[in-house]
Amino acid sequence: MSLPPSHGQRRLGRTTTRRAAEGVVRAIIYVCGWLAIIILAAIALFLIWNSVRALSEAGLGSMLSGTAWYPTSSPGKFGMLPLILGSLFVTGVALVVAVPLGVAAAVFISEFSGTGVKDVMKSIIEFMAAVPSVVYGLIGVAVVIPLVKDVFALNSGMTALAGGIVLGVMSLPTVISISEDALHAVPFDLRQGSAALGNTRWQTTYKVTIPAASSGIFAAIMLGLGRAIGETMAVLMLTGNAAIMPTSVLESVRTMTGTIAAEMGEVVQGGLHYSVLFSVGLVLFVITFAINLAADLVLERQRKRWRR
Amino acid sequence: MNRMSRTRRARSAEAIARVLTGIAALAVVAVALFVLGYIVYNGIAAIDLTFLTDVPRDRGREGGILPVIVGTLWVTIATAALTLPVGVLAGIYLSEYAPRNLATRAIRLAITNMAGVPSIVYGLFGLAAFVLLAGFGRSIIASALTLTCMTLPVVITATEEALRQIPQDLRQASLALGATRLRTIYKVVLPAAAPGIITGSILGLARAAGETAPILFTGAVFQMRRLPEDLSSQFMSLPYHIYAQVTSVPGWNRTLVWGTALVLVAGVSVVSVIAALWRSAQRRRVKW
Repeated sequence: MSLPPSHGQRRLGRTTTRRAAEGVVRAIIYVCGWLAIIILAAIALFLIWNSVRALSEAGLGSMLSGTAWYPTSSPGKFGMLPLILGSLFVTGVALVVAVPLGVAAAVFISEFSGTGVKDVMKSIIEFMAAVPSVVYGLIGVAVVIPLVKDVFALNSGMTALAGGIVLGVMSLPTVISISEDALHAVPFDLRQGSAALGNTRWQTTYKVTIPAASSGIFAAIMLGLGRAIGETMAVLMLTGNAAIMPTSVLESVRTMTGTIAAEMGEVVQGGLHYSVLFSVGLVLFVITFAINLAADLVLERQRKRWRR
Repeated sequence: MNRMSRTRRARSAEAIARVLTGIAALAVVAVALFVLGYIVYNGIAAIDLTFLTDVPRDRGREGGILPVIVGTLWVTIATAALTLPVGVLAGIYLSEYAPRNLATRAIRLAITNMAGVPSIVYGLFGLAAFVLLAGFGRSIIASALTLTCMTLPVVITATEEALRQIPQDLRQASLALGATRLRTIYKVVLPAAAPGIITGSILGLARAAGETAPILFTGAVFQMRRLPEDLSSQFMSLPYHIYAQVTSVPGWNRTLVWGTALVLVAGVSVVSVIAALWRSAQRRRVKW
């Protein structure tokens, strides 16, 4: 006598297939979870692998200390120092623009403004962050370059200063939003305690809130710095790209990012110059990685401090 | 007397501080409005039907930007199709599965560091990995893969944050009804977190659409006679078009280039601002 399959058995079958399907999906989820590490490692490996020829033929030490960048002369000279200094000059100007303005604006948004103003400011900062770098470059070409040329009576406005000013504006959203987060994260009790002792809002801000948020603000500046060093299109369009050792911000400079962008289109794939450009990328990667790692550790410590 | 003057000093310091920080904030607003106004003012003259539907002529000095817009859409949609599934799954892993250990800490560190890698370095990586090693050549797919690597951290972070805001009660209620963990995520947690995931991802994708450096060596071209046909074609792109016009076309047409910038900024920023506003509206409305 054949029994119809029991209810329980059918359910078991369904559960088994579902469990198998779930296993597959879970495996996919795990792989995706690890993807960030895989990609980051792949970036590092590809940069190193493509830099090998440059590192063995030109040598890391002589590239980093060389002051002449003539990649197309024969034999090519691959001194990266002008490029590194170019990046530092532009970034320095950017920080001078972005840090005081950004931190002060963050203090205003966090400490002195109501919800409505805060929302408006946040949308505006969102907009500034969303404008593509090439558009900032275009505005720089149309506005900042003529301005720098006229104000300093130069032959050309394409200078580290012009690039740095635009780069500073571009770093503002990073500096403001992360500083603001850091100020916002300071527990309200601390402010109230300070107010109870008779301090004004501003006294509270500079004696209590800013010191308490200082590591976060420091991280904000670091991340703004990282963004400025890594920025490509605006500096490429604004700094004039002369690969010489810069002596002042009123000279044309060539940054590391600009060099890669300008020269990669014209090199022989697999050639020495190609490999050198990858090693410039590697230097850039190491610098930004170190900056971001430091900023991240600082932020993490701050987060732990205020967690309750 | 002394107390009085101290109070007065504190009060004037307070006023000065408010004014100075207020000026800084106003300056930021002024710069943003100037950027917006300048682009609109210079670009609006170019916007007409011919500009949006014609192909570039005379190396871009005349004509329109249709293939440029279409190319940008192709690469952005391809990037979205690659980034969203992978990024959301990675976010689910971090929020729902990842143990609290050193490995998870390393994953998070990798994500924040990915966000800080310069875009030109992604361009180098894309060239070496996708164009050359994987053999995709300079193409939409190579560019989209490169942009995916860049956008992933944004999508992952947005997903994880959105999932974390879903209260544990919802998950427990679903589990108590006999749903498996995965089914709970799929049926309960993900739908509740969808607004946050979508807006965060849109912000990331809008930024990807405006990027130039990653597509410089991976598929963007200066001029194309036809529209892209499939993922293996090369493409024109709004940001690259602006850059190429300014740097390599002598006597570039100011109006048309600003028009291109306006189309790009309008596309990118309108989408981002709407997404950001929608998210903050959602946050205010839904209180768990």
